[in-house]
Amino acid sequence: MIHSLFVINHSGDVFMEKHWRSIIPRTVMDYFFEAQRQVVKDNKGHEDVPCVIATPHHYLISIYHNSLYFVAVCMSEVPPLFVIEFLHTVVDILEKYFSECNETNIKEHYVVVYELLDEVLDNGYPLATEPNILQELIKPPNIIGNLINTVTGKSNVSSVLPSGQLSNVPWRRADVKYTNNEAYFDIVEEVDAIIDKTGSTVFAEIAGKIECCVRLSGTPDLTLSFINPRLMDDVSLHPCVRLKRWENERILSFVPPDGSFCLMTYHVGCQSAVAIPIYIRHNFFLPKENSQSQTGKIEITVGPRQTMGRVVENLQLSIPMPKFVLNCTVSVNQGRATFDPVTKILFWDVGKIDPTKLPNMRGQIHIQSGAVVLQSTPSVNVQFTLSQTAISGLKVHRLDMFGENYKPFKGVKYLTKAGNFQIQNHIPLPDTEQVFVVGERYFAFLKAMDSMQRNLRDKMRTVSYMERLKVRTGQDKLRTGICGLHAHI
Amino acid sequence: MASGNLGLTYGGQEKTPSLSGETEFAAEAGAPGGLFHADYKRHDDLKQMLDSSKDSLKLEAMKRIIGMVAKGRDASDLFPAVVKNVVSKNIEVKKLVYVYLVRYAEEQQDLALLSISTFQRALKDPNQLIRASALRVLSSIRVPVIVPIMMLAIRDSVSDMSPYVRKTAAHAIPKLYDLDPEQKDELVMVIERLLSDQTTLVVGSAVMAFEQVCPERTDLIHKNFRKLCAVLVDVEEWGQVIIIGMLTRYARTQFTDPNINGTSHSQKDKPFYEDSEEDDEKSKQRESLALDSDHRLLLRNTKPLLQSRNSSVVMAVAQLYHHLAPKEDVAVVTRALIRLLRSHREVQTVVLNSIASMSVNRKDMFEPFLKNFFVRNTDATQIKLLKLEILTNLANESNITFILREFQTYISSQDRDLVAATIQAIGRCAAGIKEVTDTCLSGLIALLSNSDELVVAESVVVIKKLLQTQQGSHGDIVGQMARLVNRITVPQARAAILWLVGEHCEKKRVSKMAPDVLRFMARSFANEPLSCACRTPSKLKCYANMSLAWRNMIKIMISEIVYAFCVISFSRQRNKQFLLNMQKKIFLASKPPPVIESVFKDRDEFQLGSLSHYLNSRVVGYMDLPSFPAVAPDSSVRNVESPRPTIPVASVPGNSAGTSSKGKKMEAFYSESSSEDEERNEESGSSDSKSDSSSETESGSAASDSDASTSDEEDDDDSINISQQNIVRLSPSLSPSPPSHRLTRSLVIQSSSESQYSSNSSDSDSSISDTPEKVSPRMPLAVPKSNLDLLLDLDVSESVTTPVMASIPGIPFASLATTPNSDSSIQPASAVYISTRPMELVSSVSSGCSLQILYRYSRSVNLYSASMVTIELTLINTGNEDLAEIKIANKNMPVGISMHEFTTLASLPAGATRLVTLGIDFGDSTQTVSCDLVASGRPIRINFRPSVGELIRPVTCSEGVFINEQGKLKGMNEHSFPITNMSELGDVKNISAKLFRASNMASISSSEQNTLRFAGQTLSSKSLVLVTIMIGANPKLTVCCEKMIIGSMLLAELKEALKN
Repeated sequence: MIHSLFVINHSGDVFMEKHWRSIIPRTVMDYFFEAQRQVVKDNKGHEDVPCVIATPHHYLISIYHNSLYFVAVCMSEVPPLFVIEFLHTVVDILEKYFSECNETNIKEHYVVVYELLDEVLDNGYPLATEPNILQELIKPPNIIGNLINTVTGKSNVSSVLPSGQLSNVPWRRADVKYTNNEAYFDIVEEVDAIIDKTGSTVFAEIAGKIECCVRLSGTPDLTLSFINPRLMDDVSLHPCVRLKRWENERILSFVPPDGSFCLMTYHVGCQSAVAIPIYIRHNFFLPKENSQSQTGKIEITVGPRQTMGRVVENLQLSIPMPKFVLNCTVSVNQGRATFDPVTKILFWDVGKIDPTKLPNMRGQIHIQSGAVVLQSTPSVNVQFTLSQTAISGLKVHRLDMFGENYKPFKGVKYLTKAGNFQIQNHIPLPDTEQVFVVGERYFAFLKAMDSMQRNLRDKMRTVSYMERLKVRTGQDKLRTGICGLHAHI
Repeated sequence: MASGNLGLTYGGQEKTPSLSGETEFAAEAGAPGGLFHADYKRHDDLKQMLDSSKDSLKLEAMKRIIGMVAKGRDASDLFPAVVKNVVSKNIEVKKLVYVYLVRYAEEQQDLALLSISTFQRALKDPNQLIRASALRVLSSIRVPVIVPIMMLAIRDSVSDMSPYVRKTAAHAIPKLYDLDPEQKDELVMVIERLLSDQTTLVVGSAVMAFEQVCPERTDLIHKNFRKLCAVLVDVEEWGQVIIIGMLTRYARTQFTDPNINGTSHSQKDKPFYEDSEEDDEKSKQRESLALDSDHRLLLRNTKPLLQSRNSSVVMAVAQLYHHLAPKEDVAVVTRALIRLLRSHREVQTVVLNSIASMSVNRKDMFEPFLKNFFVRNTDATQIKLLKLEILTNLANESNITFILREFQTYISSQDRDLVAATIQAIGRCAAGIKEVTDTCLSGLIALLSNSDELVVAESVVVIKKLLQTQQGSHGDIVGQMARLVNRITVPQARAAILWLVGEHCEKKRVSKMAPDVLRFMARSFANEPLSCACRTPSKLKCYANMSLAWRNMIKIMISEIVYAFCVISFSRQRNKQFLLNMQKKIFLASKPPPVIESVFKDRDEFQLGSLSHYLNSRVVGYMDLPSFPAVAPDSSVRNVESPRPTIPVASVPGNSAGTSSKGKKMEAFYSESSSEDEERNEESGSSDSKSDSSSETESGSAASDSDASTSDEEDDDDSINISQQNIVRLSPSLSPSPPSHRLTRSLVIQSSSESQYSSNSSDSDSSISDTPEKVSPRMPLAVPKSNLDLLLDLDVSESVTTPVMASIPGIPFASLATTPNSDSSIQPASAVYISTRPMELVSSVSSGCSLQILYRYSRSVNLYSASMVTIELTLINTGNEDLAEIKIANKNMPVGISMHEFTTLASLPAGATRLVTLGIDFGDSTQTVSCDLVASGRPIRINFRPSVGELIRPVTCSEGVFINEQGKLKGMNEHSFPITNMSELGDVKNISAKLFRASNMASISSSEQNTLRFAGQTLSSKSLVLVTIMIGANPKLTVCCEKMIIGSMLLAELKEALKN
């Protein structure tokens, strides 16, 4: 199982280490740094560091989160997902404790983090990972608590075992008391889509999740039912949900953990049609390979499509430009557009879409002089939100509480966001946009030409035909072939 | 010691007046010299703080030390100062000292030993958290000297009342095993005990220990298999992964290949079975019964876990299905796997890796989800490549155009690696699918004119491979490519072109160009990289006989190459000679066409989702997945213990033969190993009841029927019978088994564990027969501990006298928990006797408002809290007017007592009767609890004064546990009195009935004929209450309870009860 954990920051310092079994020297991390350097050399992002690295005696399994690497060292066979999932759990726990899991927070709370790490794993095997349990064992730091601790000399370590560990509700702490009992459910849906140049959907699906914030006294037993639960193709559930009832009745019946948690995630597959709320028309013109011009053109228009009466908000477009682009000068009629010359990302923060005046961007792309212009195709990554609607049409039917006598305040909120939403932009290709078709035609020419080798006039005719094709499509695809023919004549 | 250490390290350093420790701590990154100064000073500082009497100072010091440890800086010289504080009363200081100790104990073994006695004391602490953490730290100190102490501690802790401590004990087992593998045999026994624990908290860790210490001992799993399947859903996530992994391996050894039936099964097995008719029948039977019922149980119970939020659980289930399920069932995992693709990048990588491997053989499974594998530009390169791999694997005639169009997009991507991989993928599609070969080829040729050299080079290589596999004339293509030779600089591509030219040089278009190519190559030959250079002459072979001049040139080239080769290989001279002789053979040999296929093709040898599979190399500690046995081992080994919780035997088609043989086994088993009990059963009249409906549902075993006859109470007390049936009907999964069954089961359990101990590496038959009588099931705990006494000064007899907690199956979660039956220590049982007659609490006259209140102890587990006594109140409105709003008010409870009131009744119409339930936690005292019941605004005072018998809930345990626990409760905790009126009492039946009426306890099976044993547990503090009645010559009633008052009061009550 997991022998040790090293936490590494962006600049490659190991600033925290924890060993659960025998002590493994830091030098083992050299292999990791080696991989890291390799990635930098290859001009790739930080997330391209391989997540499993085999060294002669150890296996390094790492995750990358918030510019920190968490590297677990294993020495024998273990399912890699087990370790990865565990590391993510650790990150989640730290986030629950310090609201954000970053270097500063970890450094500030060394002792708490260390105590937590000591508690989550025993001998490399997970011991207690439920946030509710941990928060009872080790109190999360807060300013008032710190003050009291320093004054009274009290500790933030509990002396009694959380009752949850022993009950059938290991995810909930006992004796919860609130003056205001409230339960909030946020249904957040993300649209993942790949849209092609013509605006037709290549692929679209919806991934939803239900985030809860439940502050209820005692041991409430909740049931949440939907009007149209059949929409969901596939779900994953928090351990608190009773699987049997979900399978039989499609009702979420559960005793919630205290505080906020993710109750379920679901998936609405690409089988059912997904309403795409916006459309984007865009054109890129890069200068031709041999032309002297060093500017290209860019033009983008965005508009709402099927928004179900809601306004598209927080619209953001980011376009990763090819490496040879020097700068972009664009003007927009709404929002703000910036170009980062280091990351080569053209970013346009549009804001709300006003259907009467569609957001529009136009401008010029400046190319590095002398650079080889590759006809690569920048695609557009889109972010947006639609508030108060779930784009899949999912609706909560009712929420009931059993087991307690008070009346809780209940709230449900819907939100739709763009997840991995991108618009592909092919180079405008001749006719059918298919290299393969052109290639095939070309291939046929070559064959035909071979048979007509002796007839010079035929050859001439073929060449002229191909020349025409070239002119019409504006493409250089056929150039080599034509050159070859010329050589033969 | 400390100063010695210090002297060694920093002896030469001089003390400098320096800043306070606090600021230095912040400014840690000084120059190395300065750092040493600072360290020295700070450590001195810290030592002073640690020696101080103030806890806050100690805490501060410890925090800083832990900070150093966390940063990976050396703090070992503080060891003596820190270890002193292990006795600190402050829990946080203590905890931090523990953390420190675990880190450095290995380095300073002698000093670490000083702390051992503290842990030993802590192991007996009443607080389970302290017991557990003491065990954790003790077992984490990797000092070989303490192995015996650890062994003892583990052995004690596995029978601890707290499941949390038992879990910790399970974790400690592999630690001890790592430290001293010699202990394996003893540890295996401990593991066996843990495996049979029925608490979900413990099971996962127990299996983990099993996997680490003795994964080869499949025999330990047999009797736990069904239980593990049943509880799997409720185990914590990490445990699930481990259990599923283990069960996969187990199933591979126990069940036959589910996919063998359809295809090769009959042919394969026929010659094998040919000779005997009997066997032939068997095989037929097997064919009709496609899957072993246990096999199906495993598949069915793991399926819901596909909805886990934990990706590793999902992956574990997926691999289980991949390796075990019939072909048609594997598809259920697809959706879940696809869902994981939305998870973190690292998860995606691993999952895609597995999918890539699965998709080689299971195309149809993933084909509907083709679009999910489309590459996004935001993906990491590794993920892109894996997706591409999967797309290629999934390509077939119907979707190829779709995929090719997608590939086309990738070719213009900015990611070079993706572009290269895409071109290769196109090549693979072309080679695999005949229909598109030409299209792909032409597409690739079109790419030759791409402006990006990488694209061109990659295409060349792929075209070369394609042409190699294709028959027919490709002269024109080769000619086209030959022209590229001077443009391309990538060595592999050049080599590919040359090779093609060489191969095709007799073709008409190529023949003209070949000399030019060769001339061109010759010019730059010296500068060529080796791989390219080698190809140059070799493939112009046919052409070598064309002209003499060329031949000379080629000769020079060849010797040049040979020389280059020799530089690489070390023994230069001999090699050179050899190669020169062989040149013709080497260079002119024809090459077999390459096979273009998935790199994931050969990964099947590793278990899906394992590290070895991911890395495609054998990882330390990887256990091969055994291949299915041709004939399944006897499945009855799994029957021995527990009734099947989910599958009624009848529902399995064609299993009748199996059932009957099972039944036979059970009988034989009974008759041999527990004859004594049998006799007793027969005495008490075995002919009473043959078919008891509840027994069938309970335990599908034929034998249980005959034993069910022990249910003595059946005849003389109807109320019991009714209540039992009710319970069974309401929640069979919770199995509050009727007493008869409990008896039966405990017999079974006891004897099964016996057999397990006596012959461990057994197959079923030998373990069942010829077992010597009465090997104590507590045997592993009774192993001598003589060698330890030197180190320990602890008295074993008083070992665990701690307040105890047993797991309580909370009723609200009945639907979740299919509580299995297991033989582990102490578990709650249902009430044997429940009074149906309510007593009057307030008469209608005294209430003043014509409300009559009756009460009754329902003896059921309270829904609100397990430590509450459930009291059922019957409210009767005897008057003519409706009563409005009946509720409890004004309940000023004494400390430690709490009440859960019933929900307010809006109204009680005249003449109506209502039942309401109250829960009162009396805190194990018999104090009167009073409160007001308000009806129509008028308060009625009601008082509850419970008898001690109602403050107890019944528990069952094995006889061994009972005797053991009783042994701990001697002296002050034991109360007894001689029974004088034995003759009036009548037989055993009568006595137990009286006792059940007076107190809520459960009877424990007893091997001694004239001893009756009853066990219970106080509701609030969960202290055991054990009652023994000796009948023989000196009849005596003994009550043992840790709470002396409860014990003495119960004795008084029982005395009274027996008198009447």
